[in-house]
Amino acid sequence: MGPILELRKLVKHFPGQRAVADISLSIPRGSFFSLVGPSGCGKTTTLRLIAGFEEPTSGDVLLNGEIVNRRKPYERNVSTVFQSYALFPHLSARENIEFGLKRHGAPDIGRRVNQALELVNLTGKESRRPAQLSGGERQRVALARSLVLQPDVLLLDEPLAALDPKLRKQMRLELKAMQRRVGITFLLVTHDQEEALSMSDQLAVMNEGKVEQVGSPEDVYLRPRSRFVAGFLGAVNWIGGIGVRPEAMTVARSPGGERSRQSPGVITGSTFLGDCVQVQVRLSGGEDIVVQVSRASAGFAAGDAVHIGWDPGDEMSFA
Amino acid sequence: MNLRSWFLFPARLWMAAFFAAPFAIVLAYSFLARGPLGGVEQPWALENYRRLFDPLYLEILLRSFLVAGAATAVCLVLAFPAALFIARASRHKNLYLQLVMLPFWTSFLVRTYAWIFLLRETGLINTALQAVGIIHTPLPLLYNTGAVLLGLVYGYLPFMVLPIYATLERLDPSLVEAAADLGARPVSTVFRVILPLTKPGIVAGSILVFIPCLGAYLTPDLLGGGRTVLVGNLVQNQFTSARDWPFGSAVSIGLMAVVTVCLWVFLRRESEPLA
Amino acid sequence: MKRWLAAYAVAFYAFLHLPLATLAVFSFNSSRFTVWEGFSLDWYRAIFRDPQIVEGTWNSIVIALWATAISTVIGTLCAYGLWKRGSRLLTGSLYLSLVTPEIVTGISLLALYQWAFRWLHWQLGLYTVVLAHVAFSIAYVVIVVSARLRTVSPALEEAAMDLGANEWQAFWYVTLPALLPGIVAAALLAVTVSFDDYVITSMVAGVDSETLPMVIYAMARRGASPVINAISALITVVFGVLILISERVREI
Repeated sequence: MGPILELRKLVKHFPGQRAVADISLSIPRGSFFSLVGPSGCGKTTTLRLIAGFEEPTSGDVLLNGEIVNRRKPYERNVSTVFQSYALFPHLSARENIEFGLKRHGAPDIGRRVNQALELVNLTGKESRRPAQLSGGERQRVALARSLVLQPDVLLLDEPLAALDPKLRKQMRLELKAMQRRVGITFLLVTHDQEEALSMSDQLAVMNEGKVEQVGSPEDVYLRPRSRFVAGFLGAVNWIGGIGVRPEAMTVARSPGGERSRQSPGVITGSTFLGDCVQVQVRLSGGEDIVVQVSRASAGFAAGDAVHIGWDPGDEMSFA
Repeated sequence: MNLRSWFLFPARLWMAAFFAAPFAIVLAYSFLARGPLGGVEQPWALENYRRLFDPLYLEILLRSFLVAGAATAVCLVLAFPAALFIARASRHKNLYLQLVMLPFWTSFLVRTYAWIFLLRETGLINTALQAVGIIHTPLPLLYNTGAVLLGLVYGYLPFMVLPIYATLERLDPSLVEAAADLGARPVSTVFRVILPLTKPGIVAGSILVFIPCLGAYLTPDLLGGGRTVLVGNLVQNQFTSARDWPFGSAVSIGLMAVVTVCLWVFLRRESEPLA
Repeated sequence: MKRWLAAYAVAFYAFLHLPLATLAVFSFNSSRFTVWEGFSLDWYRAIFRDPQIVEGTWNSIVIALWATAISTVIGTLCAYGLWKRGSRLLTGSLYLSLVTPEIVTGISLLALYQWAFRWLHWQLGLYTVVLAHVAFSIAYVVIVVSARLRTVSPALEEAAMDLGANEWQAFWYVTLPALLPGIVAAALLAVTVSFDDYVITSMVAGVDSETLPMVIYAMARRGASPVINAISALITVVFGVLILISERVREI
């Protein structure tokens, strides 16, 4: 079976800008896939092209092997969870979830809606209107409303952006679990790299309308293929053209130690982050870097002379 | 045709048939001449527009401008303090606004008739003044230009209050505080700081009052007593008793031209950045 | 200065409301002179006994209902179409229709009808008034419904289509229910605007189609009468109630 969703040389121009400039992607069936990138990189436009709210300027969108470029949103077996949830305010949660089923004339609506409510943990609240639900509950109605239609792909547009931070972390786990349980392909769009890394089976990093790299979270984080991808997915220390992540470095008072690369430096400051400590160091070569260390191996003060170490395997260099 | 075109079609049809087409007909008539039985006939000429410049009609045009201008000025003077009051009120702002709009939403005819009731020789004002002994014979308060002016001001005052209130609402209160801080007394603050900043609202309100007053018909007809003939009365007259449709059409086109110019000027100003 | 402003406000509101209030008060005067002589409902009874007033009121109601029904439908569809994508020509002509002096609208419609009657051989009547009222009411409906549409998020219709509704179903099941309060408010406004119209109606009404404003006008021309006071008071109350309901509905 081929990929459930394929984008081939997809291009979308708006007057005055190229939002999507040649994207080719292949989304595996049943996976949790993320499109991640900074604002304006074209990820939302790509989502809208897949959903059918925009038509491509050139290139193809293929669902299950079929070209669907000209098909309207209601002719595609793809469903979207909007960033604002877009719940119908005059309908109850149940009626919102029923909406798609009714338009399709599907049988057995009641049972399917009940199943969906159970899936998102909203049984008991189905007669409430959106205005009477909390932000998290509204999101779950939006999810249920789309999932109940059993789409080929579920598109999620920054679904966690409107939630407060604690809820966000919890929802990441719930969403991941939900995807595993229903087996539907999820395509998530976000600007938050932590979100993408923690939830996805595969992710694509986008910048200025192009895909810079596709791969598993470990792949793209540990082996980025461009400076942009390296810098977007996490912090990077640049030392003479080579990049090393803060958590891959060690700080010691004396040279030697396990790491084969070394550099002397002076502590310029440190920040206590609760679960770890970030130490700012000025190297002998003049670069300012940040090293992440556990609380146990902290205890440095500004002005201390130290030695920084890292492994060559942790180096990232780009042509 | 997509859904949107279908939705716009009825409105487009109605506007074409009952707004554009009538205008086209009136425009055509304005270049024709009056027939012997009151119809319209050839030749095509600019005669009607030339007649607009006869002293008799110029006087009517001039009077209309003056009355409309005066009504606008009076509305401005009366409305500004009221708008200021509402903008500064700490509570019940919406209530005060609704109280201003309420008379407007009742019948225009009734509101004009109210002034007949008050101003005529046996009306309330004269009767009351005579009863108290201030005057012994009734004053001719009705059926003159002053009464028309009063009726127009009364009718369109809310149109001046709302835009001025809107700009006052958006005014940054710290500007007023700064003025007071620098030593300005309240009245001078109004004139030197608040007034210039409310210019957009004043312009909007003035256009909203001036244009209807320019084309007013009912108010001068009921309150002017045949002595105050404004452009609106002239048009109506030509289409009824005088039976000179071509000339009436020319007057209408002239009036519309002025209205359109005023509107255009207003819209140009609206798109200019606020100071 | 606050005290001066407050005092001015009192005088201002008195100026706005006293004329109507005195009209209403004297509608209960038992004498026809402007001197209070006792409370009476005579003038109100006179309204119902005058066949001209009764027929005029009936005509006004029929015209208002027909004109409102038609203009509300046309105006709502128009506001929706413009919300999807604007049309400068249509919007411009709607605004121009609002700004055109009533007498000009009236004579132009009369000119249209007389020109059309050359071929159709019809006459002026109630229907010519209804068509005219629809013409000037559409703009009001579009304004009120457009204001309501601005509170509707376009994402809602996208969500509906995403879930399987076509364009018409998205309008019918999602946007229209959200618009309902605005449509009702627009209809109430159209009713009052139509009922109150004198200038345009007088130009295009047929001989047998006198409306209430035309009756009032004729009476006012002949000289003031307390019957007019009574009618005025009734109209004011009815209009006031309609507008208040309209405002309440808009806030739903």
